[in-house]
Amino acid sequence: MFVLVIGGGKVGYYLTKELIESGHEVVLMEKDRARADQIADEIGSIVIPHDGCEGKYLAEAGCNRADIVAAVTGDDEDNLVICQMAKHHFDVPRTIARVNNPKNESLFKHLGVDELISPTRMILGSIEQDIPVHELLHLAALGGGELELIEAHLQAGSPAVGRAPKDLAIPEGCSLFAVIRDGVATPLRPDTPLREGDKVIAIGRIECEALLHEQLIGTETASAG
Amino acid sequence: MKSVIVGCGRVGAEMADFLDRAGHDVIVVDTSTRAFDRLPGSFGGTAVRGDGTDEDTLRRAGAEDADIFLAMTEGDNRNVMAAQLAVEALGARQVVAKVNDPLRASAYADLGLAVLCRTTLMGDAVRTYLGLPVSGVPGVYAPRGQHPGGEHHEVPAAPDGESASASDVTLEPSTVGSRAATQDAG
Repeated sequence: MFVLVIGGGKVGYYLTKELIESGHEVVLMEKDRARADQIADEIGSIVIPHDGCEGKYLAEAGCNRADIVAAVTGDDEDNLVICQMAKHHFDVPRTIARVNNPKNESLFKHLGVDELISPTRMILGSIEQDIPVHELLHLAALGGGELELIEAHLQAGSPAVGRAPKDLAIPEGCSLFAVIRDGVATPLRPDTPLREGDKVIAIGRIECEALLHEQLIGTETASAG
Repeated sequence: MKSVIVGCGRVGAEMADFLDRAGHDVIVVDTSTRAFDRLPGSFGGTAVRGDGTDEDTLRRAGAEDADIFLAMTEGDNRNVMAAQLAVEALGARQVVAKVNDPLRASAYADLGLAVLCRTTLMGDAVRTYLGLPVSGVPGVYAPRGQHPGGEHHEVPAAPDGESASASDVTLEPSTVGSRAATQDAG
C-alpha cells in the first residue's frame, strides 16, 4: 500500500515510522525544511520538504498513485484542502484527516473526506463516559442563553416511557419537538408514545430545567437504577 | 444586502469600504484587531475579531445568510475553508475565495466555488502592459462544478423564497453595489 502522509509533526512522524515498520510504501511531506531534514536523517530519504497543500508538490510526491492520503497537520483548514485536492484532483481512493475542532467534523465529512480522526473528540468521549447518563444534556444555548436546547436520554424508569408528550406535565415555556430513535431523528408529535432508549430533544427556558428533568428522567430515586 | 468579509488585509478593507459606501450591511472578520486600522474612519459596518474558519465565530458575528461572502485572508486554505463553511453551513448566496495557488484555484472552481487567483491575475496584468500574450484565465474563476448540497447542514431558504442550496451559488456581479435590494437578509 502506498500511503502519502502530510504533516511531519508528532503524529505524522510516528505514523510514518509505524507504516514503514509494517512494510508499507510511505512518503512524508513536511514544509518546514529543518524539521523535514531532521526526520529524513533518521528514517531515510522519503521526506519531501515542501507544502503538501500545494498542488504541484502533491503531484511530485506521487499523489495520483497513492492508495491513502493522511492529512495530519495541526491546522484543520490545511487538512481539509489536502484531502479535497487528493480526492477530487488526484482521485485518491481513501483520504484521512486529523480534525482538531470537533465542530468541523460534519463539514469535512460532508465535503467528501473519507475518514476523520479527532483527538479532541476522543478525549472528550472518554471523559464523558465517566459522567452519569441520567442527566439532561445541554446541546446549545439560544440567544443570550434564555432558551436552551436539551437532550434527554430516556432510560427504564423514566416517567415518560410509554407516554406521549401530551400526557406529560411539560412545564410552561418548554416544548418537546424531536425524537432520535434508533439513530434517526424525527419531529415529535404530541401523540407519539415515547419509548425506552429514545433521545428526546426539547427546547425550554433554563428555569424549567428541574421540572423537565422530573418529567423525562425521573426523580432521583426513580433514575438511580 | 448583507456582506461578510473574512480577512481585513488591503483587498478585504478596500472591498469593505466599497460595499459599506454602496449601502450594504458589512461585517468584517479578522484575527487581528490591528488589521481594522486599514478601514477608513467613515466605515459604518461591524468589525469582529475572530477566526473566520470557525463556524461558531462566524455565527456569533452574524455572518449567516449573507448575500455576499468574501474570503480574503492571506491563507489559501483558510479562504477555501471559510468559503465552504459559508456555502454549506451559513447559507451565503454569492461566495468568492481568494486562492493564490493557480492549481488549487482551478480545482476549487471545478468543485463549485468562485475563486480569485492573484497569481494569474497579476501575471496577466503585467503581460498585458508589456504587450505579451496573456494566459486567458479569467480574474475570477466562475464555479464550474456543483458544490455538494447541504445534507448535514441546514441551509436556510432565501428571503424571496428561492432555494439557497449550494448548487445555486452563481456570480452575478450586477448585484454588487446595487441599492435596489434594500430588504434585510433574514
